[in-house]
Amino acid sequence: MSSNDLNPPHPQVASRLEQAPTITPGHTFGSITDKISTIVLTRRTPPGWFIGFGVAFLLLMMMLNAIGWLLIKGIGTWGNNVPVGWAFDIINFVWWIGIGHAGTLISAILLLLRQSWRTSINRFAEAMTLFAVACAGIFPALHVGRPWFAYWLFPYPNTMALWPQFRSPLMWDVFAVSTYATVSALFWYIGLVPDFATLRDRANSRIWKIAYGMLSLGWRGSAKHWYRYETAYLLLAGLATPLVLSVHTIVSFDFATSVIPGWHSTFFPPYFVAGAVYAGFAMVLTLAIPVRRAFGLEDFITARHLDNMAKIMLTTGLIVAYAYVMEVFFSWYSGNIFEMYMMFNRAFGPYWWAYWLLILCNIIVPQSLWLRKVRSSPVTLFIVAMFVNVGMWLERFVIIVVSLHRDFLPSSWGMYSPTRWDFMLFFGTIGLFLTLLFLFVRFLPMISIFEMRTLLPEAQVHED
Amino acid sequence: MIPKTPHYGMMAEFDDPTSLVEAAERAREHGFTRMDAFTPFPVEGLHEAIGFHHTRLPMIVLTGGIIGFITGFGMQYFAQVIHYPLNIGGKPLNSWPAFVPIAFEVTILFAAFAAIFGMLGLNGLPEPYHPVFNVSRFAFASRDQFFLLIEANDPKFQQEETRRFLQSLNPLEVNDVPW
Amino acid sequence: MTDRPEHLDLATFRARLGEGEGPEYWRTLDELAQDPSFEEMLRLEFPREAAALGEGVDRRDFLRLMSASLAMGGLAACTPQAEETIVPYVNAPERIIPGKPLFYASAMEMDGVGLGVLVESHMGRPTKIEGNPEHPGSLGATDHFAQASILSLYDPDRSQTVRARGEVATWSAFVSALQSNLQPLRARGGEGLRILTEPVSSPTFADQMAKLRQRFPAAVWHTWQPVTGDDRRDGARLAFGRPVHTYHRFAEADVILSLDADFMMRGAGAVRYAREFADRRRVRKDKTEMNRLYVAEPMPTTTGTMADHRLAIQSAAIEELTRGIAAALGLGGEASSGQHATWIGAVARDLRAHAGRSLVIVGDSQPAAVHALAHAMNSALGNVGRTVFYTEPLEANPVPQMSSLRALVADMKAGRVEILMVLGGNPAFSAPYDFGFAAAMNRVPFRVHLSNYYDETSARSHWHIPAAQYLEAWSDVRAYDGTVSIVQPLIQPLYGGRSIHEMAGALSEDVRSGHDIVRDYWRETSGAGSGFEAFWNRSLHDGIVAGTAFPPLALSAGTLPPREEPERWGGPEVVLRPDPMIHDGRFANNAWLQELPKPITKLTWDNTAHVSRATAAAMGLSNGDVVEITAGHWSAEIPIWIVPGHANDSFTVYYGYGAERTGTIARGIGSNLQPLRTMGSGDLLRNASVRKSAKKMRLATVQEHHALSYEMSEGAGARRDIIRSGTISQYVANPRFADEPGHELEGGPSLYPPWPYPGNAWAMVIDTNVCTGCGICTIACQSENSIPVVGKEQVLAGREMHWIRTDHYYKGSPDSDALEMFNMPVPCMHCENAPCEPVCPVQATTHSDEGLNDMTYNRCIGTRYCSNNCPYKVRRFNFLSFPDYETESYKLMRNPDVTVRSRGVMEKCTYCVQRINAGRIEAEKEGRPIRDGEVVPACAQACPTRAIVFGNKNDENSEVARLRSEPLNYGLLTELNTQPRTTYLGSLKNPNPELAPAGAPATAGHAES
Repeated sequence: MSSNDLNPPHPQVASRLEQAPTITPGHTFGSITDKISTIVLTRRTPPGWFIGFGVAFLLLMMMLNAIGWLLIKGIGTWGNNVPVGWAFDIINFVWWIGIGHAGTLISAILLLLRQSWRTSINRFAEAMTLFAVACAGIFPALHVGRPWFAYWLFPYPNTMALWPQFRSPLMWDVFAVSTYATVSALFWYIGLVPDFATLRDRANSRIWKIAYGMLSLGWRGSAKHWYRYETAYLLLAGLATPLVLSVHTIVSFDFATSVIPGWHSTFFPPYFVAGAVYAGFAMVLTLAIPVRRAFGLEDFITARHLDNMAKIMLTTGLIVAYAYVMEVFFSWYSGNIFEMYMMFNRAFGPYWWAYWLLILCNIIVPQSLWLRKVRSSPVTLFIVAMFVNVGMWLERFVIIVVSLHRDFLPSSWGMYSPTRWDFMLFFGTIGLFLTLLFLFVRFLPMISIFEMRTLLPEAQVHED
Repeated sequence: MIPKTPHYGMMAEFDDPTSLVEAAERAREHGFTRMDAFTPFPVEGLHEAIGFHHTRLPMIVLTGGIIGFITGFGMQYFAQVIHYPLNIGGKPLNSWPAFVPIAFEVTILFAAFAAIFGMLGLNGLPEPYHPVFNVSRFAFASRDQFFLLIEANDPKFQQEETRRFLQSLNPLEVNDVPW
Repeated sequence: MTDRPEHLDLATFRARLGEGEGPEYWRTLDELAQDPSFEEMLRLEFPREAAALGEGVDRRDFLRLMSASLAMGGLAACTPQAEETIVPYVNAPERIIPGKPLFYASAMEMDGVGLGVLVESHMGRPTKIEGNPEHPGSLGATDHFAQASILSLYDPDRSQTVRARGEVATWSAFVSALQSNLQPLRARGGEGLRILTEPVSSPTFADQMAKLRQRFPAAVWHTWQPVTGDDRRDGARLAFGRPVHTYHRFAEADVILSLDADFMMRGAGAVRYAREFADRRRVRKDKTEMNRLYVAEPMPTTTGTMADHRLAIQSAAIEELTRGIAAALGLGGEASSGQHATWIGAVARDLRAHAGRSLVIVGDSQPAAVHALAHAMNSALGNVGRTVFYTEPLEANPVPQMSSLRALVADMKAGRVEILMVLGGNPAFSAPYDFGFAAAMNRVPFRVHLSNYYDETSARSHWHIPAAQYLEAWSDVRAYDGTVSIVQPLIQPLYGGRSIHEMAGALSEDVRSGHDIVRDYWRETSGAGSGFEAFWNRSLHDGIVAGTAFPPLALSAGTLPPREEPERWGGPEVVLRPDPMIHDGRFANNAWLQELPKPITKLTWDNTAHVSRATAAAMGLSNGDVVEITAGHWSAEIPIWIVPGHANDSFTVYYGYGAERTGTIARGIGSNLQPLRTMGSGDLLRNASVRKSAKKMRLATVQEHHALSYEMSEGAGARRDIIRSGTISQYVANPRFADEPGHELEGGPSLYPPWPYPGNAWAMVIDTNVCTGCGICTIACQSENSIPVVGKEQVLAGREMHWIRTDHYYKGSPDSDALEMFNMPVPCMHCENAPCEPVCPVQATTHSDEGLNDMTYNRCIGTRYCSNNCPYKVRRFNFLSFPDYETESYKLMRNPDVTVRSRGVMEKCTYCVQRINAGRIEAEKEGRPIRDGEVVPACAQACPTRAIVFGNKNDENSEVARLRSEPLNYGLLTELNTQPRTTYLGSLKNPNPELAPAGAPATAGHAES
């Protein structure tokens, strides 16, 4: 149901649409263009931007520091051990990758579903995706004992005839993540091309004219171009949809294909994908709510968007909750002592707090989204989203650390506790993420201008 | 290229998509064949209006996908079965189920490349220079204005007659498009 | 040294070091050390060290400096082999082939008892210790001390030069100083000359001392070491009126009663005893009889874990128990009516039923009376001459050590001692606290100390002589049954050490080398005459001197020792025991032993006070709580470790820690219990008070003790089918109980066809029924595979590197005597469907065509995915750069056939692939298949009980193939379809029907316990 359906919608729906359109009435092609492009082209940068960017940049420096020390000393500076061979490194990887799902989902799947309300947030979400994947990519590269050999993970011709071991889910990750990163980047860039053209024609300094001119590839909005462009965009969406689903499916294979109780499970793929969408939308909200406020974009990212995203969170959240319940059921139903103890240990073992906190963040708190009051207030929505961000991190902690620390032979059980280097690297990547994001909102149109134009009624051709 | 005609073409400017589409249809009825339209956003039905009906893009993407799958699976089969066979955990050399995920990813990757570079290629992009940019008003083609172009090498193109015709579509204005 | 440049620089110093080699080398070094320009050079090259020199030499800096200069001299880089002709075990020395090790027979002396060993030598560098199959005390196996001794040899902290009052000096200077001091004593027949040694069984040394006595009739030879064994001697005196050595033959014993004796891991003959005991315990298809072991002890020991009936009882109550059994055997005394009456009755009946085929053995820490009682019981049961043998004492000087030392101290205090020669040991630290040995020492005008380290005693001596380790010097030593082995060195003393023989020589102006002293002695006494060369070569080759075992004495002890009224005491008892790993502290600087998990507790790097769960609960103690133990006006602090199966109201504490000057590793770790080791105390403190302090200490155990509570509450070992155990009768009823459906090795169905292994298929079978949990396999593996130690902090972080570990499991109620303990060594299972391999993204771990799960270190990038996916968690990861690349001497020690793993690389058990390849090369040269038993991994070779068997399972005649077909054979976690190549034999107990449960029903399948 899009705001510009021709046949009049059901009155009740209509009333809902009135109160929450995807774009505030009264805008023209020009006004939209100017409002968005000036954010980029205006010379004045809001002081808040500098403060935020500064903080993010400091965090980024902290990350570089942590990486330097890691390269000097080795993985031993982290808390990892045997049996807990993976901890923060892979937790953060999965967490970031999960977050990186919303963007493509919004731009691809919602496009195929003709959800035109996506237009005002997809650009932003895609950027977030890219940056999240960039953060995620750091961990697989650094979590290895000898990072300077991480390139061995790629199949490249070499005299030793040595190839990667393609049966390993880690290799699947390498391909899935790099493919995902590449395709999202292209998708994002192609979406930007017409807007680059707009900026090219708006920019009043020569340098920017040239810069945007190059980026726009000489786009001139020819009808033939638009036709091929839309075809390509649609096909890409069609390709990106199975891709985005495959990425977290494959990430879940890292665990599902192993033998460890708590990992070895057939329903991980849907469970992980739902979790990823859940986390992704939570992060989009976490970022969109302050940004739309800071740059006065309430006209374009309206209550309607927040409401829709909240509903998607609620849905995926329920799927995740179902998965949690199923985990408990399976471990009991399996009648397998290892599975049963694994579940018992999660809930009542030394890391019980992580499990119950996760239930609180991911299941209990989000139920408030049933209430329209919560959904319609950016503040409450932001808080709920924050809970989900934390909850999804804890979910990975529980799956990875708590499953590993007590597996089959009690003799090899162990405990895990992170070191400050673990935390520095984690928060460091958040710094990287925010840094990139600040640069994005400053130098690129964070809302797709040309797609916003299509939202206006006059964008339709009236046959008569 | 050496211009055979004094101009590249002639361009009429409109301020809403509907009149542009009507104009394009009128032009086609009038017998023009080599024309193009420029809009700040994709306009439904415009491409039919200017007589542009289909694109080969889907075929290109399909081909890309197929090549991708063959490459993806082939690489794995070659590496693990032919080039350097090793006993990995007692699994057969060609444990094909384990090769599916990577084959799939490579398929998607190649198809995506085909879609994007196919589109750019067919559109002849990147194309830094194009005569239409010489029209000063054309800067608004990326904002809120809509343009109809009749190319000079259209068989029915005559400077005055075409201008008169375009004027008759009551555009905002009509401009020659210099080389 | 005539042409000395006025300014000596490093280059010339190095050059001059280079000049000499062998003994001459040392002269050069000594002269240099005295050379004033040496210090000048220091100031230029090592400002820091030189500064240290400035304000009175800081010994440690000087040591470091000296070793640095040694490195410069390139000494460590190429140590010459001993000059004297020594005879290799298999090959002749001239057949040295680079990369091909030679084996030499020798013997390691400890507590005056020798263990025959074969030393693997690579290009003249000893790298590995193995047991000598021809040696009665070894039978091819070793103890953990022998395995670790190779590390002690290359220990860079060893004293590296002769010192006079702490300053670097020379041997020659020492000899002249000694002689000039002896001069005045000559007239008085050597009165005032005192020699203090640790127990010595060397015939040569005995002979030297005898000769010395002729020169100095008034000289006195004192013998003392922290682990005295006085009670054992006194017990013999009580029973026979004379010092007598006892040894046992477990091969002949059907019923064994061990009274607080950890005979499988401690004391003379432990290695032999463990083997004989185990041989009577292996149950096979065709052999279903086992011996039966009763153990009464306060603290669970390796022997205790093997018991069919283990009685957790206070150490002090054992005499009462023993008298009860003696009475029940009809040796007099009133029958016991105590709580243990049934146990006593059953044991006594069982012993009598097997008269002549039974055996009673008593631990060293039990009072003399208990030893005497045992002698009486063995005599009464007619075991003497069958399972128990009496011989002349092994020691050359079988004096009661405590009184010997007390006498010495008294004389020193009284100023009656003018020359004190301390040969070995560190009495200034370890002598009973209230003796005041150190103080008394200072009153001796001339003090000499021969020792491995420049320790507390050395610091109080005028002269310090670095001791030569047994791999560096000639000697001879007696085994547990008296058999003599010639100790032949494999390497020139690394740090110019001297042997006790050379010290004795110095006393009697005997300038012969250690080699000549030993050889001449045997020339005189062997009676081989002209055939001496042959005799000598034969003895060196075999590692034993034929026919030197002591003949058994026909003795019998009838009378029971008088019973003195057991003194009443309040509060818990505190039992002092030498640490199982560092012994009396002599191995405190040995990182391998420090990090080798102690049996039962699996603790590393610390000594603890062990206590039962009940007592701990009563006193509100939990693991790591530091308690203050006070006895009289002495007290010491030590952390607590709760041990299920420990006797109540009893604390067992390990001593040996606390010396500050026996090396950098030993310093500052563990708790010093010296204050509690006083004149009166002996090994048992009756009137000690134990008080919980506010302090808490983190203890590094390799088996998470959180798991213990779960283990105890659920009996996880059994619940999870890890341990499959039952009784012999259950086995007879259902031999396959350990391997019931659902656990068969073949695992479940698989989509994939099985991978064929037509050639050799290596496999290992571990018999949990005879594994004592001593951990010798672990340290043997560490030595063979150059496995680094990681230190306490990293062990706490869960990063220990041992390739084979010994897991410890319990069954039954933790506080009852029905508690059973199980040991399970876990190396890599080399699964045919290895879960670790498919997850490795870079093919760093793959399967060989002989079924080995190989690691390619060079290819490993360290994702640790393999470790995560290993259900047995046997993979080890180099989280940091663990190997010591700097220390020169360690480079000599490492096995050249094994790669040293760098940081960020995964490693694990390889089934000693380097040995397999060596065996294959031999076989291929001779064009034959590899013979069964030709390839033996380090763990299997060192194991005293032969619990580990390795071989080719495709060869149906191989032992491993036969064992895999045993009904007791089962695989670990086979339901995962890993198809492990390492399998286990179930554990069996042989309970006395009279005494109810040795545990619950057989636990296999999903039987609950």
